[in-house]
Amino acid sequence: MSPNRSLRPLTGIAVLAMFAVTAGAAPNNAAFASEFERVRPVTHAATQKECGECHMAYQPGLLPAASWNRIMDGLQDHFGENASLPADTAAAIRNYLTQNAGSGDGRLIRITEQRWWLHKHDFSPSIWTRKSVGAKSNCEACHRTAAQGLYEDD
Amino acid sequence: MRPTRPTKPILLLAAAVSLGAGVALAASGDPERARILDGYAAQAKAQTPGFAGFSAERGRALYLGPHAGGKVADTPGCASCHTRDPAGTGRHYKTGRDILPMAVSANPKRFTDPAEVEKRFERDCVNVLGRACTAQEKGDFITFLSNQ
Repeated sequence: MSPNRSLRPLTGIAVLAMFAVTAGAAPNNAAFASEFERVRPVTHAATQKECGECHMAYQPGLLPAASWNRIMDGLQDHFGENASLPADTAAAIRNYLTQNAGSGDGRLIRITEQRWWLHKHDFSPSIWTRKSVGAKSNCEACHRTAAQGLYEDD
Repeated sequence: MRPTRPTKPILLLAAAVSLGAGVALAASGDPERARILDGYAAQAKAQTPGFAGFSAERGRALYLGPHAGGKVADTPGCASCHTRDPAGTGRHYKTGRDILPMAVSANPKRFTDPAEVEKRFERDCVNVLGRACTAQEKGDFITFLSNQ
């Protein structure tokens, strides 16, 4: 896909997002309309490598800058695990994430606690304990192209 | 004079040098890995009185565990994620993400990037042991997995 092609839907998202943000529901590039469920893919090599070692490298648009700052401040206790990084690598990743952040509740560091996320995943909790899913953090279990920023329903 | 004569002493010399100076290289099979091991050996000499080289057996015990006091209760050993067979593909205990094999035989790039090696020890020693690893433990660990 050429870069121009992928930018067109994003323009659409920006327009939709204005309505969504007014409603206080969605980050500015994770809109609701299913045909536009996409965020900009990760384009920063260090972010892709370091975050992607243990889990899918979540796109910066999935959280607001305040949440990313909290996450990068707390890598020594990253959801119960020490995920510390050398200072220069951490600074570069923080910069990329915050510069490309979306919107949402900056007090929450879990994508899965953001209001727009809960709204989109309002179904039986038993889904999460399926062996093929395992955890809410495993976007790719259902959204096969999530790593590319494409979250259309499968 | 025959042209082949002068090369023989050079070959002999090269063999002698590699025998004498290449202990870490022979044990690890890669010049970068040998350099990393040599660095830990120098640290271990300074840290651990009576240090007499790395031990694959101690490395195996460290790898398998179980250990107490780790930050992550679900991972009492390296084997918790990397599996008891270091040549196998590991799996992150929580996210399920695949982890490339730890054994050098199955993953020749293991322990060849010093920054990457230090990053992982810095994190995972805390996660599994609840403390930093000593240089001797790091060298034991790499020695064990270099022979797997």
